[in-house]
Amino acid sequence: MKRFLLPLLIFIVMVGFLAVGLKLDPREVPSPLVGKPAPMFSLPRLDHPEQVISPKEMLGKVWLFNVWASWCGACRDEHPVLVEFSKSGLVPVYGMDYKDTRQDAQQWLEQGGNPYVATVMDVDGRVGIDYGVYGVPETYVIDKAGVIAYKQIGPITDEVLRDKILPLVKRLQSQ
Amino acid sequence: MIPEIGHFSLILALLVALVLGTFPIIGAARGNTVWMGLARPAAKAQFFLIAVAFVSLAYTFASMDYSVIYVAANSNSKLPLQYRIAAVWGGHEGSLLLWAMILSIWTVAVSLFSKHLPDAMRARILGVMGLVSVGFILFMLTVSNPFERLIPAALDGRDLNPLLQDPGMVFHPPMLYMGYVGFSVAFAFAIAALLGGELDAAWARWSRPWTTLAWLFLTVGLMGGSNWAYYELGWGGWWFWDAVENASFMPWLVGTALIHSLAVTEKRGSFKAWTVLLAICAFSLSLLGTFLVRSGVLTSVHAFATDPKRGMFILVFLVIVIGGSLGLFAWRAPTVGRGGKFSVVSRESFLLANNVLLAVAAFSVLLGTLYPLFLDALGLGKISVGPPYFDTVFAPLMAPALFLMGIGPIARWKSAALPELAMRLRWAFGVSVVTAVVLPMVLGHWTPMIGLGLFLAFWIIATSVYMVYQRLRGHEQSLLTRVKAVPRSWWGMVIAHLGIAIFTLGVTVVKGFESEIAVRMLPGDVAHLAGYDFTFEGVQDSQGPNYTASRGLLRVTKNGVERTVLAPEKRLYTVQNMPMTEAGISPHIIHDLYASLGEPLSDGAWSVRIYHKPMVEWIWAGCAMMAFGGLLALSDRRYRMKKRREKESMPNEVVA
Repeated sequence: MKRFLLPLLIFIVMVGFLAVGLKLDPREVPSPLVGKPAPMFSLPRLDHPEQVISPKEMLGKVWLFNVWASWCGACRDEHPVLVEFSKSGLVPVYGMDYKDTRQDAQQWLEQGGNPYVATVMDVDGRVGIDYGVYGVPETYVIDKAGVIAYKQIGPITDEVLRDKILPLVKRLQSQ
Repeated sequence: MIPEIGHFSLILALLVALVLGTFPIIGAARGNTVWMGLARPAAKAQFFLIAVAFVSLAYTFASMDYSVIYVAANSNSKLPLQYRIAAVWGGHEGSLLLWAMILSIWTVAVSLFSKHLPDAMRARILGVMGLVSVGFILFMLTVSNPFERLIPAALDGRDLNPLLQDPGMVFHPPMLYMGYVGFSVAFAFAIAALLGGELDAAWARWSRPWTTLAWLFLTVGLMGGSNWAYYELGWGGWWFWDAVENASFMPWLVGTALIHSLAVTEKRGSFKAWTVLLAICAFSLSLLGTFLVRSGVLTSVHAFATDPKRGMFILVFLVIVIGGSLGLFAWRAPTVGRGGKFSVVSRESFLLANNVLLAVAAFSVLLGTLYPLFLDALGLGKISVGPPYFDTVFAPLMAPALFLMGIGPIARWKSAALPELAMRLRWAFGVSVVTAVVLPMVLGHWTPMIGLGLFLAFWIIATSVYMVYQRLRGHEQSLLTRVKAVPRSWWGMVIAHLGIAIFTLGVTVVKGFESEIAVRMLPGDVAHLAGYDFTFEGVQDSQGPNYTASRGLLRVTKNGVERTVLAPEKRLYTVQNMPMTEAGISPHIIHDLYASLGEPLSDGAWSVRIYHKPMVEWIWAGCAMMAFGGLLALSDRRYRMKKRREKESMPNEVVA
């Protein structure tokens, strides 16, 4: 009798895994940068090209680093969420305009609102490579010591903000 | 209006499937002939209703009605008609409808060709198939409705995925589905036998042709898919161990084991429980494949849009169908009995060993396919399992299986003697060893894998030749009469086995001797590969119905004599703005010359990849031979005779 039960038992174990697997996203690739210092850069500001911004200036505060572009469709969904969120003033959001032109980017911000404390221009995508950007939008949460604590691939939604980013930001700010 | 007819028809089909799945089975348990009698009309009604739904969807595609979400998402007004029709199964919802359609075809086929079965058995079989159908129709109606409207309607559709715009799309999915949905028949036979407690030789005899037919379709489907990948994906590979390929390959492996195990059960009464388990597994793996593709638990080139609700539905369905049938197996199988005894060396034991090897191979493919999921679920990180794993695990399992394939058909049932077998096969063995050593040396390149592959291929050929010689020996009659005297099912086996040998030869040679170059070419440049000169004549623009193409031209010469012209294309499908490659291939029995066009480089140069693929066509030729062997076995006299006998006996019944 026992050996005839074996196939059923194997199947039950497999179903357990499949059930867990349903909740996981196989496309979600963990960033190797999480837990590492945010790569350095010094890039010109979108609105004042003569000014250069570097992550060094942000040491001592928690900040969000949002990679976007005017040509990116998913950014269009994300943008209103960020604009609304920036009004709360809980955490400064810096933007990086990725492989874009100044004119298009400025027009985009004029039309959709500007959630960013400042936006830098990564015209040739060099800094994007350092950050492992492979799809826009992407967002990094960077802590007071300048270490990347979290990476969001794809657009930020209200759920992501509520369940992941905000609790993390609060914890990091209280450290 | 037409989509609503389709939708309504699907709802009616669900009701009919519910009737089919309940009354006949309960009737069989209670001996109620009226309830059992519902099975056949219900099977026919179900087929009609699903066909109406299917034709409605096809019509909606053909008439470009973009007020249906599924049509708008998977076709476009510029899409040629044959692809607009094939687009019916180009996405998730329509594939399910194809699944249900094919299941209803099999169901109605069983109801038509099962007059010789006892009433209770037939009622149970059709009932089980009806239950499976309930699951699929319910799945469509709840979370995957292909007839859902889009209001307001789209102006034009988003087009069928360009990867699928290929003649392969018209044939490959229906063939494949015919195969793995076809295993539902063997499954239903097994469940019916477990329910009725009648696992006997008759049950095996009835299951065999259905299983062979499903296996045949699956073989053709896999062959088509592999060939399609070869010329469409543009990097010269023919099998990628992709999760979805594996999902259709596992039922093939288990189905192959099942065909052999059914033969033993029919002829010798042994392996009964094992055969039932294989029948359950073959179909369960088909269902599992559907789950893996539709639920999004695995990434794959074949994966459609994913939705966790759908995943949950299929998982619950799997638990009911597979869990239920394995539970039934655990409960009823112990009472089955053992069947005829056999010694350690006998045809039974060889077949059992082969069966185990095939099952273990299927299990290892399953393990490799699910391993990333297991690790992820346990929080042990993300990995992907690729060809290195499968190649490493698969070859050592298949090598002994192929070796045994040469001995099994020659060994005697019940008890055979090793020394005698060795004596009879010594020439076959010698010939294959010598060929495996000498041939690669002549070709100038010997590795252990090439040697092993060639040895196994020639071993199968040599033992088959010996077997045929044994069978046809004697001089009293003409050769033709002697050939005809041997049952076709036997010839089917020989040809299918030779198909494996041809397949193995193809795989071994192409893996061992293929070569490729990637070059930057300006018009007029010449590249050299495998003794051929490829002159690049430049690229011309051309216009397809829904794409623009850059068509390269490579003139192939050998020693100054023109041999062929390769015309690889790079297409841009305008609706989805998606680039596709179309390889330029010159297929030949000795070797394929294969070119694919890469990116345009500066000043008119192009990157071009050229492949030399010796004997790659043998891979598909081998598959075709296997399928042809299956066809021969199906045309065996005993199946036809049975029908004739029934026809003759019918008038008597009427008189009685």
